[in-house]
Amino acid sequence: MISAHPGLPEFDYVRPATLAEASQFLAGHAAEARPFSGGTDCFVRMRDGFFTPKYLVDIKSLEGTTVLSFDAKTGLTIGAAVPMNRVAALPEANKYYPVLVEAIKSVASYQLRNRATIIGNICNASPAGDTIGSTLVYNGVLNIHGVDGAKKVPVREFFTGPGKNVLKPGDIVLSITLPVPPTGHTGKYIKLGRNRLSDLAIVGVTALGFKDPTAKSGYRFSLAVASVAPTPYVLTKAEEVLATKSITAETIAEAAQAAMDSVTPIDDVRGSASYRKFMVRNLTKRAVEDTLKKLG
Amino acid sequence: MSFHQITCKVNGAEEIVTVPSNMTLLTMLREVLSLTGTKNGCTAGECGACTVLVDGEPVNSCMMLAVEAEGKDIVTVEGLAVDGKLDIVQETIIEKGGVQCGFCTPGMLISARALLNRNPNPSEEDVVEALVGNLCRCTGYSRIIESVQAAAKRS
Repeated sequence: MISAHPGLPEFDYVRPATLAEASQFLAGHAAEARPFSGGTDCFVRMRDGFFTPKYLVDIKSLEGTTVLSFDAKTGLTIGAAVPMNRVAALPEANKYYPVLVEAIKSVASYQLRNRATIIGNICNASPAGDTIGSTLVYNGVLNIHGVDGAKKVPVREFFTGPGKNVLKPGDIVLSITLPVPPTGHTGKYIKLGRNRLSDLAIVGVTALGFKDPTAKSGYRFSLAVASVAPTPYVLTKAEEVLATKSITAETIAEAAQAAMDSVTPIDDVRGSASYRKFMVRNLTKRAVEDTLKKLG
Repeated sequence: MSFHQITCKVNGAEEIVTVPSNMTLLTMLREVLSLTGTKNGCTAGECGACTVLVDGEPVNSCMMLAVEAEGKDIVTVEGLAVDGKLDIVQETIIEKGGVQCGFCTPGMLISARALLNRNPNPSEEDVVEALVGNLCRCTGYSRIIESVQAAAKRS
């Protein structure tokens, strides 16, 4: 068969029936086995020769991976087997997590989002992951099953480098729980791409804002940026400016500048480091202004 | 490398197939079932030429393993026409001149059919967003978009 891209290399497809089996298999074949859900990152990396697993472990029938539910106390739980489109179609996701839904709709294409998952986006740990910023600003917590049983890791503590995370052999991320966000919050995901829809993010700014009387400025912002650092990046300095100084055009400009000064992007095929820094400044300003306008 | 026997429905017919672990759904459809309407454009999930319906939803078949098709209901472009009568999306794409080399067409038709199934009255923006994952090098897209809008009107 002549193909535009090499076919998948040889491997064994394995589908364990229980969590214990799955974790044991993954731990027992640590360097050779990889879990997968939608496969939309995994298969591409395998075809390009970056991943060379002997075993692909399908996690989609494991207990805890198919959940998609909202609880008024605990928030939204999204399983690792749930495709992005299903999350975007959930009424509670649209009502309580609009920034996440906006980010999902910017990913790739409709048919890819029928396979791609948020957990996969997180575990792949690309600094460019579109939905990662939303899981950061919504303070998501990952529910993981490992050889020693269940554990939880906040998304903010999950990434260690480009494509790297804290997972150990045998660990399977089963789901993410996003706590109930502040009432009346709103936000924006601005994705800069080479085309209007579907590209990888050159820069992706996620902004979440809400009125907060405990903040000196009366507002609190949570800001994350994609594609500007070795990991998805939280704009702590910019957040501080917006929380402590009364909100004026100057404050927003100062926050945007702080954002620009704090990021460390690289040159790559999609853009130069210098261009990315300026875009962080401009898009952070836009995202914050847009959010403030919606907050009223 | 392990082999797996799977049972699935393809264009309404039950198929029992033995597939190697690393075979994609795309390869299974084309080379095992001889359904060559579905095309391989990129093998990377970016061009949409391989789009098929799996349980009613459009999926890049190059991004799904054949073994994952167990128990699934698959529709390819060959399954759009019923008893020799073309699907309305097929009629309008011909009428509007939305086919040149035809390579993107099967994927376009599947994405269009899936769009109209979930949104019978799409805006132009809805059509554009639904077809974002189906790349065309020939037509410049306008006539394809018009054909989907025309199909919606006539459904």
